[in-house]
Amino acid sequence: MGLLDYFRNSQPKGTANVAKERLQILVAHDRAERHRPSYLPKLQREILDVIRKYVDVDMNAVSVNYEQEESHEVLELNIILPDTVRNMM
Amino acid sequence: MVPRRCRHTQEEGRNLARIIVITSGKGGVGKTTTSAALSMGLAQRGRRTVVIDFDVGLRNLDLIMGCERRVVYDFVNVINHEANLNQALIRDKRCDNLYVLPASQTRDKEALTKEGVGRVLEELSQGYDFIVCDSPAGIEHGATMAMYFADDAVVVTNPEVSSVRDSDRMLGILASKSRRAETNAEPIREFLLLTRYDPQRVETGEMLSVKDVQDILSLNLLGVIPESKAVLTASNSGVPVILDRESDAGQAYADAVCRFLGEDLPHRFIHAEKKGFFNRLFGG
Repeated sequence: MGLLDYFRNSQPKGTANVAKERLQILVAHDRAERHRPSYLPKLQREILDVIRKYVDVDMNAVSVNYEQEESHEVLELNIILPDTVRNMM
Repeated sequence: MVPRRCRHTQEEGRNLARIIVITSGKGGVGKTTTSAALSMGLAQRGRRTVVIDFDVGLRNLDLIMGCERRVVYDFVNVINHEANLNQALIRDKRCDNLYVLPASQTRDKEALTKEGVGRVLEELSQGYDFIVCDSPAGIEHGATMAMYFADDAVVVTNPEVSSVRDSDRMLGILASKSRRAETNAEPIREFLLLTRYDPQRVETGEMLSVKDVQDILSLNLLGVIPESKAVLTASNSGVPVILDRESDAGQAYADAVCRFLGEDLPHRFIHAEKKGFFNRLFGG
C-alpha cells in the first residue's frame, strides 16, 4: 500500500463483509430447513390431494410453514383458493 | 491408585479411548494435514494414539504421515477379518505412542460397514487414549462412518463461503446422525479449527475473520492455522507439520493440541505483522 493509497482507503473495501452477509442468510435458511420434520413434504402433498378433490387449486397453492419457538412448534397452512370458487359462493 | 491415562475417559468412568473425528464436508481444507498433526501432537504428549484413514479408495493419510511404503494390510482387511489389527497397524518411527491404520486403495467405500467399523473401534478403544478418524470429504458413506462413533468432532474450516456453509451442514449431521445422537447420549463436543488463515487479507477486509466465522458457526475455537508454506514442505516429505517447530503452522497446531487437552492458551497468528513506517509509505 503506497502513500496515496493510504489516504484513499479510508474504509475497508474488501469483499469479506459481503461474504459474511451472504453466509448469514444462507446458513439461517439451511438451518430452518434442517429442523423441519421430515414428514412435511408428504403432508403438503396429501393436503393438496384432498383439496383438489373439491377445488381445482394450483400445485403451488398450498404452502406449509413450520416454525419452532421456545416452548412450542407452529405448523402454518396457507391455501390460496382460486377466484372462481369465491364467485360460486 | 490406577494411573490416570486420559482425563476425558476418567470423567466418564470408563477407561476407553476418546474417538475424535476430523471432518469438514468440503474437500481440500486440511483434514488430513490436521489429522496427522493432531494425532502426532497427542502422541508426543504421551497419549497412546491411533489415526485411521476413512477415505477408502483415495487413501492419503499414509503419504502425509510418511509411512506409505510400510502399508501391508489396511482398515478394510481388518473389517473383513483378512488381517488382525496388529498386522495392519503401522507404528510411527518418530513417536512410539502413535499408530496409523491406513485405508484401502482398491476397495469400494461401501466396504466400511457400521458393524465392522464399530468392532474395530471397540477393539482399539481398549488399548489407546485417542482414536483420530480422518474423514473423507462429502457427506456420503465414508464420511458418515467416520463421524458415527465420535465423541469429539474437529470441524476444519477455511475462511471462505463454501467451506463455512459445508461446516454448518456437517454440524447438523453430527447432531442428528451420530451414535451419540441416536442413543440420546451427551452430544458430541464440537470444535472449530480455522485453517489457511491469512491475517493480512483479513485486515484489508478481503477474507472472513475468525470473528466472522465464529458469528456464524459459534463453536469452541480449537485453533487458527495460518496459511503457511510449511504445510506443503511437510507433506512433500511425509512429515506431519507439527514436527516443524520453527514454522507458524507447526506452532499453531501444537497450541491446538494443548487446548484440546484442556490448556487455556491465547490464540496466535491471527493478527498481521505490523509493517514499518517506510514499508507503509513506499508500499510493500
